[in-house]
Amino acid sequence: MAKKRSVIPFGPQHPVLPEPIHLDLMVEDEKVIKAIPSIGFIHRGLESLVRKKDYNEMVYVAERTCGICSFMHGMGYCESVEHIMGVEVPVRARYLRTVWCEMSRIHSHLLWLGLLADGFGFESLFYQCWRIRERILDMVELTTGGRLISSVNKVGGVIRDIEPDMQTAILRAVKEIEKELRVVQKTFMNDYSVESRLKGVGVLTKKEVLELGCTGPFARASGANFDMRVRGYGAYADLDFDPIISPVGDSYARCDVRIQEIFQSIDLIRQALGQLPDGDLSVPVKGNPDGEYFMRVEQPRGEAVYYVRASGKKNLDRLRIRTPTFANLPGLCKTLEGADYADIPLLILTIDPCISCTER
Amino acid sequence: MSRIMPFAMTMLKNLVSPPVTKNYPESPAVYPERSRGHIEITVDECISCGLCVRSCPTGALEVDKTAGSWTINRFDCIACGYCVEKCPKKCLHMVPGYQEPMMEKSSASYQKSPEVMAAEAAKKAEAAKKAAAARAAREAKKKAEAEAAARAAREISEPAQEASQPAKQARQEVTD
Ligand code: SF4
Ligand code: SF4
Repeated sequence: MAKKRSVIPFGPQHPVLPEPIHLDLMVEDEKVIKAIPSIGFIHRGLESLVRKKDYNEMVYVAERTCGICSFMHGMGYCESVEHIMGVEVPVRARYLRTVWCEMSRIHSHLLWLGLLADGFGFESLFYQCWRIRERILDMVELTTGGRLISSVNKVGGVIRDIEPDMQTAILRAVKEIEKELRVVQKTFMNDYSVESRLKGVGVLTKKEVLELGCTGPFARASGANFDMRVRGYGAYADLDFDPIISPVGDSYARCDVRIQEIFQSIDLIRQALGQLPDGDLSVPVKGNPDGEYFMRVEQPRGEAVYYVRASGKKNLDRLRIRTPTFANLPGLCKTLEGADYADIPLLILTIDPCISCTER
Repeated sequence: MSRIMPFAMTMLKNLVSPPVTKNYPESPAVYPERSRGHIEITVDECISCGLCVRSCPTGALEVDKTAGSWTINRFDCIACGYCVEKCPKKCLHMVPGYQEPMMEKSSASYQKSPEVMAAEAAKKAEAAKKAAAARAAREAKKKAEAEAAARAAREISEPAQEASQPAKQARQEVTD
């Protein structure tokens, strides 16, 4: 009997995926043969807004690009403007930025682990992950005043300090997280039911990843050594770490890479707080930026690119943000080809999609 | 067994322990000191300079200098704290406690107290009086200077005229 082809629309509102992406899935029986994505449902016009806002005000707009990597968006924007203006950020500010970056990485990855557990129907694991995540969110709130949106960056440094009692609290929290995460890690990595849903699903080779230009843990799980942190922005140049890479390339490896990255972030926080130098939090910035800069930062989902162009006015000429999810969409469509229909939500989850920041 | 139920211990522990979530609002939420809940203003210290209005990225603020009021649209405010940083009088504060839900979008207006307004008006009147006096003095001085200059000019030109008269006469005599 000839196989029947049909097109199934998926999203932008879908029960398993609270992200506004639409996919046209061409399926043959239960197998997907092609996936055509479309985005643009919640476009916010950041690039136009930048021409109307003062470059200092724009920090607060930039960090609201995404609710999860909020801190890193603010930081990426600030660092680009600082590079254009030739501002030397105090060392302490660079260390503090690094600590906050790693704290957001921890909470973002824990969020993703929870969503993944929810995706394959392991509800109690889902809640356990989010319960652990709450610890780091408390620390973010303690140090910045907001659970997700930190608003501590400014052009020239940071606004707030992490005081010694807060450092102790952070260290205590990451210790707890480490302990609880070991248990969760065992579940993710050893449990039979988890394995049956993740192993060998959505395999992407290193060659494909390089061709499609994927980034972040999604690419690193396929053996591509891409980690923008090795560029040494913030205080990463002074810290000791190696990108976590897995050669396997399936959903299981992506999960593994992200769990290990949480441990790595905990280690980085310890290192950064351990050698936190004294000094100012920010330097005064005078005048307007004139020039252009291309900044690359490693967000929890991968490499984000900031292109800023200014011409000596208080408003910038151009701000282009390329978010990691945008780069990972071709990879997603590739993994969807040949996948079972039931695996689709899981596969979409494995790129850790953040469509809201893709749309800007 | 270790492959099927590594999570069982955690689940059992969670089953017998009390919930991690709070019975909010019965047990109140504890906010850290830095929590960016909402903006408050000590309006009597405000000098209506409008810096906060110009710095606000969402345009949530309004300042009326003559009425002495400061208005915030709490639904537009994103609690970024930029106005707090910019205010020259440090009369804006970010305090914990989130905005309560409301049925309608509304804005909160804060009015300076009548005494402060009166004091400010008096100060302004004083300043205006001073300015007026200064202006009057300046004008009087200018007038005096102008007069003096005119007088001087007259004094210079008058002898010249006197001097030119005999010449004219002489010329007339020649033509006659
Ligand atoms: S910046 Fe401060 S002093 Fe100036 S108008 Fe705003 S609240 Fe008042
Ligand atoms: S906190 Fe931010 S958004 Fe709110 S009024 Fe102040 S500047 Fe505007």
